[in-house]
Amino acid sequence: MENLTQLIFKRCLASVATLFVISIIIFIGVELLPGDVAQAVLGQQATPETVDAFRKELKLDLPPMVRYGAWLKGVAHGDFGNSLANGRPVADQIGWRLGNTLFLALLTSAIAVPLAICLGMLAAFYRNTLFDRCISISTLSFISFPEFFIAYILILVFSIQLNWLPSLAAVNENMGLGTRIYTVLLPAMTLTCVVTAHMMRQTRAAIINVLASAYIEMAQIKGIKRLRIIVLHAFPNSLSPVINVVALNMAYLIVGVVIVEVVFVYPGLGQLLVDSVAKRDLPVVQASGLIFSVVYILLNLIADILSMLSNPKLRQSRI
Amino acid sequence: MFKLIKQSPVSARIGMLIVGLNLAVALFAPLIAPYEETGVVGDVWETSSSAFLLGTDHIGRDLFTRMVYGARNTIALSFTITGLSFFMGVFMGFVAAVKKGWVDQGISRVVDIIMAFPTLIFALMVLSIMGPSVPTLIFTIAILDSTRVFRLSRAVAMDIEVLEFVEAARLRGEGLWWIIRHEILPNAMPPLMAEFGLRFCFVFLFIAALSFLGLGLQPPLADWGGMVRENAGAINFGILIPLIPAAAIAVLTVGVNLIVDWFLHLSSGLHE
Repeated sequence: MENLTQLIFKRCLASVATLFVISIIIFIGVELLPGDVAQAVLGQQATPETVDAFRKELKLDLPPMVRYGAWLKGVAHGDFGNSLANGRPVADQIGWRLGNTLFLALLTSAIAVPLAICLGMLAAFYRNTLFDRCISISTLSFISFPEFFIAYILILVFSIQLNWLPSLAAVNENMGLGTRIYTVLLPAMTLTCVVTAHMMRQTRAAIINVLASAYIEMAQIKGIKRLRIIVLHAFPNSLSPVINVVALNMAYLIVGVVIVEVVFVYPGLGQLLVDSVAKRDLPVVQASGLIFSVVYILLNLIADILSMLSNPKLRQSRI
Repeated sequence: MFKLIKQSPVSARIGMLIVGLNLAVALFAPLIAPYEETGVVGDVWETSSSAFLLGTDHIGRDLFTRMVYGARNTIALSFTITGLSFFMGVFMGFVAAVKKGWVDQGISRVVDIIMAFPTLIFALMVLSIMGPSVPTLIFTIAILDSTRVFRLSRAVAMDIEVLEFVEAARLRGEGLWWIIRHEILPNAMPPLMAEFGLRFCFVFLFIAALSFLGLGLQPPLADWGGMVRENAGAINFGILIPLIPAAAIAVLTVGVNLIVDWFLHLSSGLHE
């Protein structure tokens, strides 16, 4: 058991190191800007005096090491500086939007994870039949489709033809949970289509892998129903790869929301990032890029730890 | 070669047909397109007629012409990027596998860090700093993508590197480049070919996504992802125009995937 704690500790340490390096890269990225930020933002027509004043305001006259320290300290206190576009603190803009993005991701996983596991079990149950083949063809094509293609098809069907759901996910702060879910159902459905495919294929493969074991044969000989074997005997033992792929897909979801948010004009962090990239509002880009990276790395870490915990082989390995 | 194609399953043939058609359209774009790439020739969002095969776009350009030139721009860009990423990835992967030691350690750690970033976020940050120009686009995505190629080619080269014929070449006193070119590269070809297809799909979808976000190829150049974005408003009137370029992206990706599946099946030696 001690081995396992060591392993997890090492993995956490590696993540912390990665986070540190990434914060440096994100910071240096802005330094690499040809000319400097002040010049780039103010444009070619700005007088040298304005540029100088602006440089002072951004503290660009201090050495990079000092500025990195100050920036990191600010970030740790939740202060990301001020937006270049409108001068408001970045943290104010990000807080609410981050909540929206997480809400969309959570809603999606609440739909997608049970759906993918059920479909995976069904596909394993009816394997090599027409049903299985239909599911595997449709999931393969969902993997190949760009997100916006799925999004526009869903908009066309559910909000233009049937007029059931709104095509714009315009949420605001004083919305009840019910209305909120109704408003973001279409983006959540789009993301579900994208992530379900991977998770379902992995579940199917993991269960079929286990089905060849001796204890499954034993259960069959005892005369237990096939569905019961799959749900109660095979599934618990294929949890390790399933948990892993679920966590990895959550990480993908956090990034995949960017495009879906833009399609549905959903006020999330992804849309803010894209807008800021177009406006070259660097503090906002830095902050949202950092948040996305941190969440992504944390989810990857969770995926690794969970798969270590649920895999007896990894529990004994010495790396 | 012909014998191989003759034996291919239906799915791979469909894939080849799709890819072949797209390549032909991309190569002969000026001959196929009835109008100029950026010429405004009709009304906004006209329905399809004998003059405009697929109708017109949001400022009255012929959609069919834009689709044809879009195929040319998007496929050429994706192909360049995949090629560059392969060149860098395979080169570094082979060098790391043959040299080992600190060279391998150094490159591997840098790759680990780049891969710890979500790809889209990394690309967005670079584009916000450098601005969305075509060379920036090519190098950013190629570098990001080459990390995946590096991992594969390093693993493949590691397996080949321990075999006797490489040892023999070493003892003969052959240099690093000779070993890479004459011993490792020919033997690593089959898995790398399949990977090329997969990487192409990834790059192609990635470019489409960036263009859709307005950060890829800049207008007035025609580009499938950008065309979806430009015409997105039409969907609210029940006009299907934005779905046409989106579907074209989906179809080409499925086509390449079908060929890759067949290829993987062949090289895995699972002949049923």
